[in-house]
Amino acid sequence: MKKKIILTGLLISIALAVLLSPFASRHPDGLEKVAEDKKFISAEKDKAITPAPLSGYIFPGIKDRRVAVSLAGLTGTLFVFAVSISIGYLLKQKKQKG
Amino acid sequence: MHIPDGFLDPKTWITFNILSASGITFALNRIKKQIEEKSIPLIGVMAAFIFAAQMINFPVAGGTSGHFMGGVLAGILLGPLTGFVVLSTVLIIQCFIFQDGGLTVLGANIFNMGIIGSVLGTYLYRFFFKLLGSNKNNSLVSAFAGAWFSIVLAAISCAVQLAVSGTVPLITALPAMAGIHALIGIGEGIITVLVLSYIQRVRPDLLEVQKV
Repeated sequence: MKKKIILTGLLISIALAVLLSPFASRHPDGLEKVAEDKKFISAEKDKAITPAPLSGYIFPGIKDRRVAVSLAGLTGTLFVFAVSISIGYLLKQKKQKG
Repeated sequence: MHIPDGFLDPKTWITFNILSASGITFALNRIKKQIEEKSIPLIGVMAAFIFAAQMINFPVAGGTSGHFMGGVLAGILLGPLTGFVVLSTVLIIQCFIFQDGGLTVLGANIFNMGIIGSVLGTYLYRFFFKLLGSNKNNSLVSAFAGAWFSIVLAAISCAVQLAVSGTVPLITALPAMAGIHALIGIGEGIITVLVLSYIQRVRPDLLEVQKV
């Protein structure tokens, strides 16, 4: 039963990332819009300090933008899940030791 | 409201990196003492859901979009400190893998969305819940209010950071940021309530898990 809700939650998350994210609004978000309206958008430094592999939520090497966004979303969702679970188990191990 | 590099000056971003790093250290130490194995998969799902939902910008007024933040939802389900760590994990991955949110301002983003958005938002939820009296419907009303405030207060925090950095005067930034995020906050409230009422229906016991 416990497993079922985890699986359901993960599947809902993957579905959101894969099916909906390519159709997300591409308007500027709240902060970007304020930055445009109030003329400080030029302060933004676009160039990444560290190179990001899936910059802009685009999976590299894929022509279709929507497919590239879907794949980036899928990768990110699974990666975030894996990292969070790992942090959880690491903390749990320290609890046992400490 | 992920701040990009360049919007904050060094004294501001350094300060917020120190604040957020201290916050994460404190939170991890507290979680470490109390974490239970059975809540770990739920932490993973919450983080995955927040990441996915944050990709889905919905249109709000005047050619602007907003997206779910998830701080209060995570805080209600897992506890404010765990919610904060979940948000921080998502923000760190968004920064390094997706270049969403700047590297120098990572601490500022973690402060706004994790500490204000999750910790403060969740305590506001608990405050409203006590004030209204604890029952199912009041839990949803309080969640809506907590979620709305989490967005508006995070936006105000962001406006203050921009002003302290000398990027834009507070008198300009504050009403603009609070105004547009008062609308985005309605979306945050609706999504938070939808997910919570779904969980109340299918797995009410999840609302009773130990929270840190």
